[in-house]
Amino acid sequence: MAAPSVFLLAVSGEIESGEFPGFDDLYCKFSFVYGQDWVPTAGLEEGISQITSKSSVSPTTLVWNFPIDITFKSTNPFGWPQIVLSVYGPDFFGHDVVRGYGAVHVPFVPGRHKRTIAMFVPESTSRLQQLTSWFTGRRPEFTDPKVVAQGEGREVTRVRSQGFVTVSFNVITKDLHKLGYDVGQ
Amino acid sequence: MSAARPSAAAETEAVRELPPVPSTSRTSSAELSVRQRMREKLKAARTKAEITLSQEDPSSQPRGLKGTRERKPGVGLDKRSGNDKSREMPEGDSRLPSKVKFRDSVKKLKQKSTLQNDFPSEEEAYNFFTFNFDAAAEKLKTGAMKKNGLSEEEEVEEECDETHEDEQEEDEMDEDVCLVKDDLFIGQTDEDLVVVKPVDCESYTEQLKREKEFLFIPSMLAVPASEKMPRNMQPRYLEDEGLYTGERPFVTQSNQNILENRILRQDQGKEWFGDDGKILALPNPIKQSCTRPPIFSLEEGLAPELETVYRKAIKMTSTNQYLVGPGDFQGMFQLDIDISGLIFTHHPCFSREHVLAAKLAQLYDQYLARKQKNLTKLLTDKLHALRSAVQYSMEGAGGDGVPVAQQSIPEYKMEIRQTRRLRDAEQEKDRTLLKTIIKVWKQIKSLRDFQKFTNTPMKLYLRKEEVDQKSDEKAYEAEIQAEIKELLEECMEEYEKKMEEYKTELRDWKSWKKTQKSKKKKKKDTLVDEESEDHDFGEERIKPIPPKVANSLEIEQQVREKAEKCRRKPGEPILVPELTLSGSITPTEQCPRAEVLRREDVKKRSAFIKVLFNSKEVSRTVTRPISSDFRVHFGQIFNLQIINWPESLKLQIYETTGISSTTLLAEVFLPVPETAVLTGSAPLEEIEFSSDQRVVLDHEGVGSGVSFSFEADGSNKMTFMTSGKVSSSVSWAVGEKGIPLIPPVSQQNTGIPSALKNIDAIASIGTSGLTDMKKLAKWAAEAKLDPNDPNNAALMQLIMITTSGEAHVPDFFRLEQLQQEFNFVSDEEFNRSKRFRLLQLRNEEVAEFRNYKQVPLHEREISEKIFQDYEKRVQERDVIDSKNYLDAHRAVVANYLQKVRESVIKRFLIAKHHFILSDLVNEEEIPGLGILGLGLFKLAEPKRPLRPRRKERKKVTAQNLSDGDIKLLVNIIRAYDIPVRKPVMSKLQQPSKSSRSFNEMFAASPSAQSPPNSPDWAFNQVLVRPFVEVSFQRTVCRTTTAEGPSPCWNEELELPFRAPNGDYSTHSLQSVKDEVFINVFDEVLHDAVEDDHERGSGIHTRIERHWLGCVKIPFTTIYFQARIDGTFKVNIPPVLLGYSKEKSVGMERGFDSVRNLSEGSYITLFITIEPQLIPGESVREKMNEMLKKFDTQEDEKLLQAAEKYEAECTSKFPSRQCLTTVIDLDGKTVFITRYIKPLNPPQELLDAVPNRSQTAAELVARYVALIPFLPDSVSFAGICDLWSTSDQFLYLLAGDEEEHAVLLCNYFLGMGKKAWLIIGNAIPEIWFNMQEYDSPGRIYFDISKPKLWKPFFSRSLPFPGLRSVQPEELTYEHSDKAAALELQSRIEKILKDKIMEWRPTRPTRWNRYCTSTLRNFLPLLEQNQGKDVEDDHQAELQKQLGDYRVSGFPIHMPYSEVRPLIEAVHSTRVHTIDVSNVEFALAVYIHAYPQNVLSIWIYVASLVRNR
Repeated sequence: MAAPSVFLLAVSGEIESGEFPGFDDLYCKFSFVYGQDWVPTAGLEEGISQITSKSSVSPTTLVWNFPIDITFKSTNPFGWPQIVLSVYGPDFFGHDVVRGYGAVHVPFVPGRHKRTIAMFVPESTSRLQQLTSWFTGRRPEFTDPKVVAQGEGREVTRVRSQGFVTVSFNVITKDLHKLGYDVGQ
Repeated sequence: MSAARPSAAAETEAVRELPPVPSTSRTSSAELSVRQRMREKLKAARTKAEITLSQEDPSSQPRGLKGTRERKPGVGLDKRSGNDKSREMPEGDSRLPSKVKFRDSVKKLKQKSTLQNDFPSEEEAYNFFTFNFDAAAEKLKTGAMKKNGLSEEEEVEEECDETHEDEQEEDEMDEDVCLVKDDLFIGQTDEDLVVVKPVDCESYTEQLKREKEFLFIPSMLAVPASEKMPRNMQPRYLEDEGLYTGERPFVTQSNQNILENRILRQDQGKEWFGDDGKILALPNPIKQSCTRPPIFSLEEGLAPELETVYRKAIKMTSTNQYLVGPGDFQGMFQLDIDISGLIFTHHPCFSREHVLAAKLAQLYDQYLARKQKNLTKLLTDKLHALRSAVQYSMEGAGGDGVPVAQQSIPEYKMEIRQTRRLRDAEQEKDRTLLKTIIKVWKQIKSLRDFQKFTNTPMKLYLRKEEVDQKSDEKAYEAEIQAEIKELLEECMEEYEKKMEEYKTELRDWKSWKKTQKSKKKKKKDTLVDEESEDHDFGEERIKPIPPKVANSLEIEQQVREKAEKCRRKPGEPILVPELTLSGSITPTEQCPRAEVLRREDVKKRSAFIKVLFNSKEVSRTVTRPISSDFRVHFGQIFNLQIINWPESLKLQIYETTGISSTTLLAEVFLPVPETAVLTGSAPLEEIEFSSDQRVVLDHEGVGSGVSFSFEADGSNKMTFMTSGKVSSSVSWAVGEKGIPLIPPVSQQNTGIPSALKNIDAIASIGTSGLTDMKKLAKWAAEAKLDPNDPNNAALMQLIMITTSGEAHVPDFFRLEQLQQEFNFVSDEEFNRSKRFRLLQLRNEEVAEFRNYKQVPLHEREISEKIFQDYEKRVQERDVIDSKNYLDAHRAVVANYLQKVRESVIKRFLIAKHHFILSDLVNEEEIPGLGILGLGLFKLAEPKRPLRPRRKERKKVTAQNLSDGDIKLLVNIIRAYDIPVRKPVMSKLQQPSKSSRSFNEMFAASPSAQSPPNSPDWAFNQVLVRPFVEVSFQRTVCRTTTAEGPSPCWNEELELPFRAPNGDYSTHSLQSVKDEVFINVFDEVLHDAVEDDHERGSGIHTRIERHWLGCVKIPFTTIYFQARIDGTFKVNIPPVLLGYSKEKSVGMERGFDSVRNLSEGSYITLFITIEPQLIPGESVREKMNEMLKKFDTQEDEKLLQAAEKYEAECTSKFPSRQCLTTVIDLDGKTVFITRYIKPLNPPQELLDAVPNRSQTAAELVARYVALIPFLPDSVSFAGICDLWSTSDQFLYLLAGDEEEHAVLLCNYFLGMGKKAWLIIGNAIPEIWFNMQEYDSPGRIYFDISKPKLWKPFFSRSLPFPGLRSVQPEELTYEHSDKAAALELQSRIEKILKDKIMEWRPTRPTRWNRYCTSTLRNFLPLLEQNQGKDVEDDHQAELQKQLGDYRVSGFPIHMPYSEVRPLIEAVHSTRVHTIDVSNVEFALAVYIHAYPQNVLSIWIYVASLVRNR
């Protein structure tokens, strides 16, 4: 068999739960951000979860258990896929506002991994803005949720951390080792 | 339960204030459960029994009991009766172990049994009878209190029943025990344990009163000075007295007063006050100026002293030392360090004898060293030699030939004197040294005798060398004589010199004396007062004393004395001391105890040495014990493998005492050996060290840093520090082939402050060190260094080495010294690899690779083709390709433009990576008052459901898009004044049936065969059947065909949009260069039936389309404007063969002529993009911002003013554009008015029409219009407007509306007209349109009205007289007619070829006759600027060609390059005619204007022969 020319990365898993103290009825969007040399071959790159509410059983966690399943092929580890999460929920007036952005790289090492992503939201530029945004229900949002997966331009923003999301990944790679990339296993 | 057990405190209160409640409250008791009440009663009964017990007991015993049993503290308890206790008992009980309770109850029982308690207690009885059952008080109580009251009541009731209960006491006792248990489990709830109590509240005034007792609040009032001062003292102000007091730190007066008041309350508070009645204070510690450098922002104006000053970077030398030099790695070098041993010259464990012995040894060493040098002998010999030389030269002076020697005699003599002095000193030193040696030895001997044991094996022998008495004496005498003689000579010289001086002085004195005398005489004559005389005498000079003649005897005596002092007496034997270690040491057992202790201590001690290379420990010797003679032998050689020239070599000497404690004695720096010092030849050197540690020992050892004395009386104290010598050698190892392993010397040159400086000979001399060998050599030559002097040996050797061995200094330095190490592949490999190259290019965002997806993993999978385009482009950047342009000049220009474009794109890419907040975060703007008000107003608006409103479409950010998502919607509504067909006027006026157009036939009068020239023909004919074809990105859509010159389509066409490279990012969309072509055609149907016989059986028609005109709209315009809604002028050629403007027809038919005032055809369009894209305006602005910030040559103030002006204007009219600064071709910001300057239009144009200024103006305008348009937004990817100056513009021959406008404006100014450039502002001064309307027709062009036009330059900011960026004068190249002609024929050929190429399946025939006719038309067209000629054409063509149906038109374009011409011809679709016998005609005419501005006319026509 000829030497492979691409390697494959299969990621399955789920967005398990979130911890957003003080917020309820949240839903979660995810999307994968990857470099130019990456191509998704199967599965969904983007998704949106159901709205979940807190229960009295565990009053701190919001459970989504939203499955992710995607397979990439790539020629270059540069631009390794990241999962970008953004969590939304209603505010006091019932407007849908963002409750957190976060991103994490898909683990390199095959196997089962669990990641807890700290989520954050951009801050208003001034107190007055904060007040008006609270009234209007239009909080500052990133122009593109994928901003959180890139480092460029982040220096102009100010964010506030706001809860955590736990994601579990099951990673399978193919031909990565054959192509000379050692992921330490 | 809770109701039944209220707090004790509350209850007592209640009882105290509230008598037992009458029966009214009884009702509430019904609410209590029976069970509860039962329990209550039981409990009460039980407790009551106890209470009665305790109360009956007259002693205080129950109180004590209570103290132990009850945990409840309370004031009320003491006051209160047993009622309390009844409550508290169970509480206490429950807490106590049951055992205790049991005991208690037993006790109680006992007490009970002893006492008869048939009667209630005195108190109870009293209570019972005296309590005032006041019903009124009860009313005040609330429900809760009622409950309390209830229980009270019950208790009281119980008390009443006491007698009954007492009878049952036996039972109760049992019950009691039982109840206790019961209480534990049942009755015990939280309420049982908690005591609820109302909050103690103290009134504020009371609190203040109490606080006053222990709080002191110092007054804020000033303290009178008298209180602060001791009695009867006046304040004294030191400052007034002139003493320095210093500035006191600032404290507010009130704080100061408070402090003073507080201090005064203290004991001895007055001590805190100074003489001036103020608190003592140190001067203000705060510095007047800050020592920390101030932090300042760059935005604000900097004070000149704060401006940063450039200083050259200082090269770090030390880091360099550790790195491998720029050259290659030369392998390991080796330094051998031989540490042979250690000798202590002083050690704390030294005994007195040791001290002396060490001193002796030291002296002896000194003696030996001196002897080896033998300076005395050397100097004596030199002296002799000099003397004999003098002697010789003196003798030879009489003879001839040695005048040179004569001159040097005084020099010799000088030298003799000097040498003699040196020799004497040396001799004296020798002698004193010898004497000291002997003295110390004697001391040792006496010490040994005294202490009766020997510690050191030292023995000094003095060997006497007998000398020949006589010869010795003779030599001695001779020496003395010689010296005397010399001294005499010297003295004589001295004398003579002095005599000379004396004489002159004497002369002076005498002359002075004389004058003095004469003066005196005069004075005596005039009888001046005495004082002045005295004064004169006081100044009288002392008469010089004649020098003494040297006395030879005196001198002799001096010499002899000196000789005696420093020289051996003649005949005295020469003493040669010899130190041996042959003496025996007294064994330990014979020594006294202190000495034994000392010896044992020494045995415990050992030493080792660490070797530190560049301050890092590299090795250490073994630990060796210190021997009894304080020597440590190591004898170890360490081989240090090194890479660089060492910076420092250091030895650390450690001493260990016993097992554990290790102390660092001293550090010794080893000199880095010279390059000539190699292993084997290196001598052992002794390096001294000493330590300043103070050690006191309790035995015979003298210690270190402790003074001791050899004398019995303790005088003549001495203090020694631990010191010693390390004997070691450092040398360079020799490699296998005998090559010394020495790092290159060059490295050592790099670091001036190297360790070498500390020890090398040159540095100690004071020259600049090792850096400059030339300087050193020069210095050596100048200083006449004696090469044979052993002192200079090292220096000479160094000079020898450095002058012979070439010092190699690298002539470069490396910025990133470790870069090579970090490179994962070599640069060569990196450049060779296609994959890396691809990745690199993509990272650089090179246009071809910007969005390249999936760079292959393997080299072999990348085809060379990928780079071909890119490489071609890169290569062609400099190669001017004339093929496409047919004109060298234009090729150059195109190339130049390309370069400008690239540089702009580069800037843009940089700007793209510069983010601002709005790029990343979407944030709602704070709504202004106006918007809020409007919103409120809207709320109040009546709802009108039937009135449709335009809904804002949702805007989509262009990022999640892919191909096919975006569509271009073109709504073609209607057109006006489409040219209409002209009836075919054949020459013969006899149209054949078949040649008549189907339309004509069809739409004509019912009598189809009637002649077309009937009067009503024109009215009945279908004038035109136009349709619109929209083409965009090679997709073509067309509308249906409408009829008439003012058709109405109202059709929506949908065209897909594809972004370049599938990149839908904002900036990519901005750089889309595609245009939307909207072509208007006339659909002509021809009857295709050749044969009249077939006419009956079918309809065969042929559709021809005739191009009428077009509208071009660039995509970027649509993108930026989001939608285009309006009526556009259709670009219709001046002549359309076979068609005429409706005007003529309209006139005939009496149409409304108003509309016809506007010439040309119009089409109404609505174009938009679906979904709506957000134009990336921010990037553009950001870019402008950036450019403004970085590159400008304008005055800062002006720019600020401009910015302010712009801001003001935009705030008033946000929709209007306001420009004050623009960016020129170099990317620099230029103030806009600099572009405006009167310039001369081409002279040719002015000459053409000498008088009529109006025509001239038109001509000039036309000239300007002929320069091709090249919108910036297309060429520069929508980034920014670049303004080129008029000369640049003329050179480039391309530009957008700004350049055209500027040029025209300049021309008009040049022609002496009043002209302004209006872009929402007018120039040469900037004015902003303050009027209500901004469409040009409605603006008042009167800038003198400040109300309407806001000037930029006002009184506050006067016009600074900005120099224009425009050239003084424009020079024009004369048009090159020949070149134009050549170009003309070339273009014609190209176009003909193209038309043939577009008709691949059919033959293309060219009608030469027609072509030549057309060619003749074109110059005419140019002359008339395309006006009113069409009729002539038609007629002439008809006349010349005869039976042809001609359709054609001239196209007029400014010339830029060939491609647009081809495009234009292609878009007319002339070539699509597929009639078999069609012929074509094509003519090109180029009119050359000055400065190579070319006007091109292309005449295209198709001819169909009429049968």
